[in-house]
Amino acid sequence: MTAAVAISLSVNGELVEASVLPRLNLADFLREHLKLTGTHVGCEHGVCGACTVRVNGDIIRSCLMLAVQMHNAKVETIEGVSDSGEIADLQSAFRERNALQCGFCTPGMLMAAQDLLQQSPTPDREQIREHLSGNYCRCTGYQAIVDAIETTARARAGRSP
Amino acid sequence: MTSTSANPETLSALDRPNSYIGKTVPRPNLDRLMQGRGLYVSDIELPRMVHVVFVRSPHAHAKIIGIDASAAKQMPGVIAIVSGGELAAVITPWVGVLSHLKGMKSAPQNAIAIDRVCWQGEAVAAVVANSRAQGEDAAELVSVDYQELDAVTDMRTALDPTTAVIHASLGDNLAFERNHDAGTVDQALAESDEVIEAEFIFGRHTGVTLEPRAVVADWNAAEARLTIYQGSQAPHMVQNIAALHLGLKESQVRVVCKDVGGSFGIKVHIYADEMAAYALSKLLRRPVKFVADRVESFNTDIHARDHRCKGKIGVKRDGTITAFEIDDLTGIGPYSMYPRTSAIEANQVVNLVGGPYVTRNYRARARVVFQNKNVMCQYRAVGHPIACSVTEGLVDLAAMKIGMDPIEIRRRNLIADDAYPCASPSGLRFEQLSHHAALAKLVRMMDYDALRAEQSALRARNIHRGIGIASFIEVTNPSAAFYGVGGAKISSQDGVAVRLDAQGSVICQTSITEQGQGSESLTAQIVGSVLGVSMDRVRVILGDTDNTPYGGGTWASRGAGIGGEAALQATKVLRKNILDVAAAILQSTAGELDIVNNVVVTVVDGAPRIELSELARIVYFRPDTLPPGIQPELMATRHFVPREYPFAFTNGVQASWLDVDIDTGFVKLLKHWVVEDCGTIINPQLVDEQIRGGVVQGLGAALFEKCVYDERGQLTNANMADYLVPMSGEMPDIDVGHVVSPTLESELGAKGAGEAGTAGAAAAVTNAVNDALKPFGAIITEIPLTPQIILTALGRI
Repeated sequence: MTAAVAISLSVNGELVEASVLPRLNLADFLREHLKLTGTHVGCEHGVCGACTVRVNGDIIRSCLMLAVQMHNAKVETIEGVSDSGEIADLQSAFRERNALQCGFCTPGMLMAAQDLLQQSPTPDREQIREHLSGNYCRCTGYQAIVDAIETTARARAGRSP
Repeated sequence: MTSTSANPETLSALDRPNSYIGKTVPRPNLDRLMQGRGLYVSDIELPRMVHVVFVRSPHAHAKIIGIDASAAKQMPGVIAIVSGGELAAVITPWVGVLSHLKGMKSAPQNAIAIDRVCWQGEAVAAVVANSRAQGEDAAELVSVDYQELDAVTDMRTALDPTTAVIHASLGDNLAFERNHDAGTVDQALAESDEVIEAEFIFGRHTGVTLEPRAVVADWNAAEARLTIYQGSQAPHMVQNIAALHLGLKESQVRVVCKDVGGSFGIKVHIYADEMAAYALSKLLRRPVKFVADRVESFNTDIHARDHRCKGKIGVKRDGTITAFEIDDLTGIGPYSMYPRTSAIEANQVVNLVGGPYVTRNYRARARVVFQNKNVMCQYRAVGHPIACSVTEGLVDLAAMKIGMDPIEIRRRNLIADDAYPCASPSGLRFEQLSHHAALAKLVRMMDYDALRAEQSALRARNIHRGIGIASFIEVTNPSAAFYGVGGAKISSQDGVAVRLDAQGSVICQTSITEQGQGSESLTAQIVGSVLGVSMDRVRVILGDTDNTPYGGGTWASRGAGIGGEAALQATKVLRKNILDVAAAILQSTAGELDIVNNVVVTVVDGAPRIELSELARIVYFRPDTLPPGIQPELMATRHFVPREYPFAFTNGVQASWLDVDIDTGFVKLLKHWVVEDCGTIINPQLVDEQIRGGVVQGLGAALFEKCVYDERGQLTNANMADYLVPMSGEMPDIDVGHVVSPTLESELGAKGAGEAGTAGAAAAVTNAVNDALKPFGAIITEIPLTPQIILTALGRI
């Protein structure tokens, strides 16, 4: 059970072949093996949300998933959704509203926010706050983040903010 | 926004066309953080880098009988296993005292424990391996033989003669005591109509920076230089301390601070495990990386606010507060932290209690005791939440006793806005505060009377809502009075160098640091405004002792007020130098010229004369075309430190509106308001976000956050699932308003804003809960206000 296992997966649209130890978690795989350091490790026990990434379209805590579980999976990280332009409007709203300070929670926060906006195009503030409750931010107090997501939702819905 | 004493003459450098001062502009470089392209210490990898994992004590207090690392040394990837004694060959111990804290004592602390451990989590051995996972595997096989010793865990009995003394050489467990007696307290209390007493209890909590503490130390033996990559708020302080204890010159140590994942005062100290990482790099002659995991963070990041404070207030029937008296007790762990000491928090409590109010009668005692728990030290708003909760709690109890509205008793006792300059009963000097203007604005913002009516109507329906008010003062812009006078090599001045590059852009190097507050932005705004260039032409460099002027860094709400003023003064000099060159080129005089939107213009009609890029081209590449005798100087450096006032006090007031479920004991925060006065506001959005973020950390302390120790000194909730921090779903929207009283000590006029939110939030919430529980006669003076505390106070459990 401790021998390396071969896996094949898609990461941000690129095919990745790797040989990984079974105990290696996805966050460490992304950061240490693929050097995708935008996925952050805050608690390593699935509470803080800084390591949130998208696997097969759903957001997950990459510190709670093993790299070997990613065989044949489609993984998307903050680098991927940034380069593709998928969340450019959300990032712009975060910038305008100063919805980040130290920025450590931000990649995970953006992944969670985009997930919400895909599921629920016009969430109210309470729904936004509820959806982000698995993503800790120690700097902002959350209000600016909620504002930025609300602004993005309205803009995407074609209404003026 | 209202402005009280803005002086147009002294603000002329900022009062220019297209000024960025007072404007909300987005922070530069946010895209890097939003796209996952930041560089936090945990992201850094260097060639031949190894990882250190610490074997940590499971006991609060124990003798180390022996360490057997033989099995661990055989594990794959292990480079070295190093004990405290072995590491002592390259690093000396330290003692965390300051000479101006009279009588303060502490014991020598080692980077890794030698012979004895004094708290659960203290490092006993270092395992260095090729990967962190390999290091952790090997650490499990390091066998340490301990002999448990009596643990001092209850601060209330720490000074009892029957309690074990943690450091025999010190004689007792008292680290520091301060007594203060001003006015005529006994007489004032005797002449009061009512005297109210209460004991205020605060939960020990910690900062929970989302990025744990991390360091990469790189000793290059061939260069004889140590480069430390660390998320520190005070790089020059780290440079000084590392050099001192590793036997190096400061010039042999470079400290680099790239992106920092939260600081809040957690990352302004020198930690034993970080010192061990520096020393290990020197010992092993290669880069060593240490990244705390979350359990280590809870056990070793400084804790704060473990206080029990008895308070007394005298009041007359007409609402006049006659006196304050406090007796504060705090337990700081087994060592005073280095180099800022762990006595500052209690010292601040003594300084700040009663600070907003007129009465001069004030007596205080503060005792700081050692205990076998994790170390405590300065965390955001040092001492302020304690002092504010005690003061404002007592004021509300007095109001309740005499049947006066909480707003009214404050109106009758807050220092008048035209009474400045004046001093607090503890002797602190106030330049200009605005308590009454702030309170009046708060009352308007929250529509106080309407809320009272709503509260009353809802009570009839068995819905129990409360309004809590808390006035506060905040220490900002500290001078050398904070640390320098006590002998610590922690600079209170900051420096800024600003230069025009060859394409007419501006490079600005500053000694303040960035952890997300907006240091880069405020510096660029000031430089851009004073010089007359657009912000996108200003690049700010910070967080590198090799590449910035010498200075204090970002802590104690000092970045804008001190570093901002240095930026202003440096840029004024650069502007003058540029205009002198322009005058020579244009055969004009400097007084007839100005710089607007990156172009030198004529003052009278604004006519463009020469682009800065063209001026730079001439200066750098065709100086032969300049008139004889002209030697352009397109770089300027200035430093600044406040000299007149030891601290630039700010003030403000907060209000909480909340709902208490008397069946479950749960508190729902509905709304929070803050009015504060930080002087000149450089970027309103950044100030508001500092306030909001600070408030939420204070709300965490009020409702959730507590490091729960058992009687044996074991931390029982050292993980993020059991240690609760505020989540988005339970936080309210926070309205922020301002009164503006610039400090006249600087041309900029800015005071600090980073800690105001944290200072008063818990006091406002506690007062609101007691307001909600008024019909039940329940009074709570303990935080966090957990359901258990509330239901106990209600007699329901």
